[in-house]
Amino acid sequence: MYVGQGVDRIDGKAKITGGAKYAAEFDLPGTAHAVLVQSTISAGKITGFDLVLAEAMPGILAIITTDNAEKLGNLKAAPQKVTYPLLQDSNIKFNGQHIAVVVADTFERATAAAAAVRVNYRATRAVNTMDQAISQSVTPKEFSNGRAKPDSQVGDAAPLLPAGTLRVEQTYTTPIEHHNPMEPHATIANWSGGQLTVWTATQGISGAQKALSSLFGLEPKSVTVICPYVGGGFGSKGNTWPPAVLAAMAARRVNRPVKLVVTREQMFTSNGYRPRTVQRVKLAASPDGKLLSVRHDVKTQTSMPEVGEFAEPSALITRMLYEAPSIGTSHRLVQVNHGLPTYMRGPGESSGAFAIESAMDEMAAALKMDPIAFRLKNYAENDPTARLPFASKALRECYAQGATAFGWEKRNPIPRSMRDGHLLVGMGMATSSYPTNRMPASASIRLTADGSALVRSGTQDIGTGTYTTLAQVAADELGLPLRKVRTQLGDSRLPSAPVSGGSMTSASVVPAVQAAAQGMKSQLFALAINHGGPQWRGISPETLALSESAVIGPTDRLSIAQIFARAKIAQLNATAGAHPDSDAQKYSKHAFGAQFAEVRVDPDLGIVRVSRWVGAFDCGRILNAKTARSQLIGGIIYGMGMALFEETRVDPNSGRITNANISDYLVAVNADVPDIETIVVDSVDPISNPLGTKGIGELPMVGAAPAIANAVYHATGIRVRDLPIRIENLLV
Amino acid sequence: MQSFLITDPPSLSDATILGGVPGATFIAGGTDVMQLLKNNVIAPRQLIDLDKLNLSNITNDHGELRLGALATMADVAAHPVIRADWPAISQALLLSASPQVRNMGTMGGNLLQRTRCLYFRDNGFACNKRAPGSGCPAIAGDSRDLAIFGTSSHCIATHPSDLPVALMAFNAEVELQAPGGATRRLPLSKLYRLPGTTPHIETNLQPGELITAVILAAQGVSRRSTYLKVRDRTSFAFALVSAAVALDIEDGTIRDARVALGGVGTMPWRAPLVEIALRGQTPNDQVFETAALKIAAGAETTQMNAFKIRLAQRIIVRALQTVSA
Repeated sequence: MYVGQGVDRIDGKAKITGGAKYAAEFDLPGTAHAVLVQSTISAGKITGFDLVLAEAMPGILAIITTDNAEKLGNLKAAPQKVTYPLLQDSNIKFNGQHIAVVVADTFERATAAAAAVRVNYRATRAVNTMDQAISQSVTPKEFSNGRAKPDSQVGDAAPLLPAGTLRVEQTYTTPIEHHNPMEPHATIANWSGGQLTVWTATQGISGAQKALSSLFGLEPKSVTVICPYVGGGFGSKGNTWPPAVLAAMAARRVNRPVKLVVTREQMFTSNGYRPRTVQRVKLAASPDGKLLSVRHDVKTQTSMPEVGEFAEPSALITRMLYEAPSIGTSHRLVQVNHGLPTYMRGPGESSGAFAIESAMDEMAAALKMDPIAFRLKNYAENDPTARLPFASKALRECYAQGATAFGWEKRNPIPRSMRDGHLLVGMGMATSSYPTNRMPASASIRLTADGSALVRSGTQDIGTGTYTTLAQVAADELGLPLRKVRTQLGDSRLPSAPVSGGSMTSASVVPAVQAAAQGMKSQLFALAINHGGPQWRGISPETLALSESAVIGPTDRLSIAQIFARAKIAQLNATAGAHPDSDAQKYSKHAFGAQFAEVRVDPDLGIVRVSRWVGAFDCGRILNAKTARSQLIGGIIYGMGMALFEETRVDPNSGRITNANISDYLVAVNADVPDIETIVVDSVDPISNPLGTKGIGELPMVGAAPAIANAVYHATGIRVRDLPIRIENLLV
Repeated sequence: MQSFLITDPPSLSDATILGGVPGATFIAGGTDVMQLLKNNVIAPRQLIDLDKLNLSNITNDHGELRLGALATMADVAAHPVIRADWPAISQALLLSASPQVRNMGTMGGNLLQRTRCLYFRDNGFACNKRAPGSGCPAIAGDSRDLAIFGTSSHCIATHPSDLPVALMAFNAEVELQAPGGATRRLPLSKLYRLPGTTPHIETNLQPGELITAVILAAQGVSRRSTYLKVRDRTSFAFALVSAAVALDIEDGTIRDARVALGGVGTMPWRAPLVEIALRGQTPNDQVFETAALKIAAGAETTQMNAFKIRLAQRIIVRALQTVSA
């Protein structure tokens, strides 16, 4: 069995030797280079371009502006959110909006000319920050992809609470955050005879194909999207954002291949972000620690309606996390002159868990109860809002195994009571949860006479290890050594698969690979029975097995090579699709976890350092212990960044992002990260998908930030309710 | 980035003459100039590459330590004399940037590193330093990282470097050479100018004048010194507030005290009132705390950066505790 083992990435060598080609590296002969020009005002209208300087510069092939851009198909009909405005009109809705594309024979020349483009604007009044319009919120028109409603209420919305009820009512905020994957967004576009081919950095080649074909008025099959490797996405490459569209537009204009690589600065206005959230949480509990009422009201920023709408669903997690007779949530949007927000690792759950899990810690402190005991007291055996049983839930085991590994029993519950020299020591915990998603997917397998298999699917490996895990699954199913299995992904001509988002790639694509393998097996068994000779005749296929590159019969074995030779065939192909089981709708499907953080705080200087970490996760079957651990620790580190460093800062008077670079937008560096212990508790989910996986991409980030905030409270007695936790918050 | 000519003159006198031509900018390690070029913050017509000049020696004689202007941050930080006799300088360098940057960055370049003010570095904003007279949106904007000392209504940009903070504490001088060969020495404190109404003029260097060395006179106080830097993450970040502190303690009395601050001034900021409050006193926490309070005088803060006063006081106390221990 390869599944479950910590198999090395099969694409590892290609990645570290430079053999793995990323989108921007497919240089075609005659490629021209496109550079974006962005607005420097937040609202208004372009009154004119002055291109005299730019057009006179050497090597310029085209300057595409809102005045001369080709008209695209119906933007609203595009199946993925393609954000405003794609140069279709001259209105400005946010600072950093794309307003022109300069195409030149070299990147440097295009960059120089882009800087020489002069723009005249008529500025109008803008909402520069969410807080400037916080009182004017609207209800989301579309919410959580239609799978949930913005508001929910279980039980009495205003229950009568007995005397002695304890209450916590606080506001928690999370800032704008940007994904900042290592690889920037990049596209090479090439038109040939009305066919468009794009090499683009995306988490969804199938979605990119749909979006581009719709915008350019083509049949989907006339657009080929290629993306063999992705240097991180974290949600920012889930949609097809304007740069990919503008690259294709530019390539058509200059009639050459065009490469458009978004700069790091432009990454802050080109491909979404996690919106700021302002979350009001009200908890009521009986003196013995039973939750009587839970309310979680979320305000989050979105862009102006012309740009689009995105609602960070922060309170979804509160609907299912704890049992209470009254659970109410709401989501409202504040329209700001910023670009369109989007999914970012644990969208909703990461920001929402900070609020609800901080509030739970506050209530535990008010009750003088251990935070784990308080959570166990309100453990949800069933999903309290959906009123469905959980497909599987091993959260108790997460609390127990995490607490033991962490040494939670050594925690003195009194804040500011634990020290290491002059440093204050704090221990905090929080619950994690993320939905177990799945979508239809398909895959194919080709087997050749030498016993090699090629697994193909139009999914993409966004760095999580999909190349490797699909090969492991196929090798196990077909009884082949792993080295004989290759995986080909990231090409829209392959069998289609969903976006790599929502932690669902394994849950969706692995069943398709298994189904294709079943189809392959059936064919091999039939060939063995028909061509194996007299002793194979009449054997029931159910009695056969595949092992060590051979079909094993009751009395005899036939190697794949022998079968192919006797049947006079060179290869066998099998393609299959797999769909979510409708019975799964009878369950609430989630992964769970418990995060334990220890921090050391310098009480004089306000410096917080995370000193230890244990994360225990109920995340279903693990396909590859090594790539899984990488995802788990990566998510936790992402959560450390959320807690302590990450914040996109906005100039309140212009709406322009001030720290649009990774020198000033801080993410955790190695020196900030201690050893991280991850525990995968024994749990397999037989309902969510046939393999029993639950998804691990986002889960480990959820709960990491509140675990740190709770540890900081325990260390210092200071409750920080606004992320990131900053030195000035702790300087008392 | 605009087109420019790059030359690498073979001699110091050639370099200074070329550097004196309007539109010329010197480039040494390039760790800052390259960023400024790429962000269109500067648009020189000519870059004078100092790579061929022999200015990287570190010498120590006649009671004078001489750091060649092209000595790298890494080499100076690791130099045995610096480590033994000037720990605050070595520490300031090691707490700067990353190993890769320190291998390229030079003494002269580090002294002249431009501000990290977010508004200065993005020409989508107005900035009096980058475009004189265009205004300063930073003062009423995202001012958390900006200065509280030496500011004006035209500019509150912080001097970002760590090294000159430590050098300032030790009354370092810079050796300069002008076109035509004239040399002079200038106290480091006189190299820098406060922004006033002309924040775009940051130093008293004449056109073409080049820093050739940093000079440190031997002084008893330097051995007992430290550099403490507080920043938002553990590594690879600019200081929110930092302090270079040195004490000369004899018979239980502070004979000499040096305190200079980083991250708070429009230039590396010496704190003479704190030093005066320390001299002649017995080193203890109460003395340190009382002395540190003296920095509040003259601070001009915004709502976002007001915390720097308290943080600076705490850092001074901690650094004094460290060197007196």
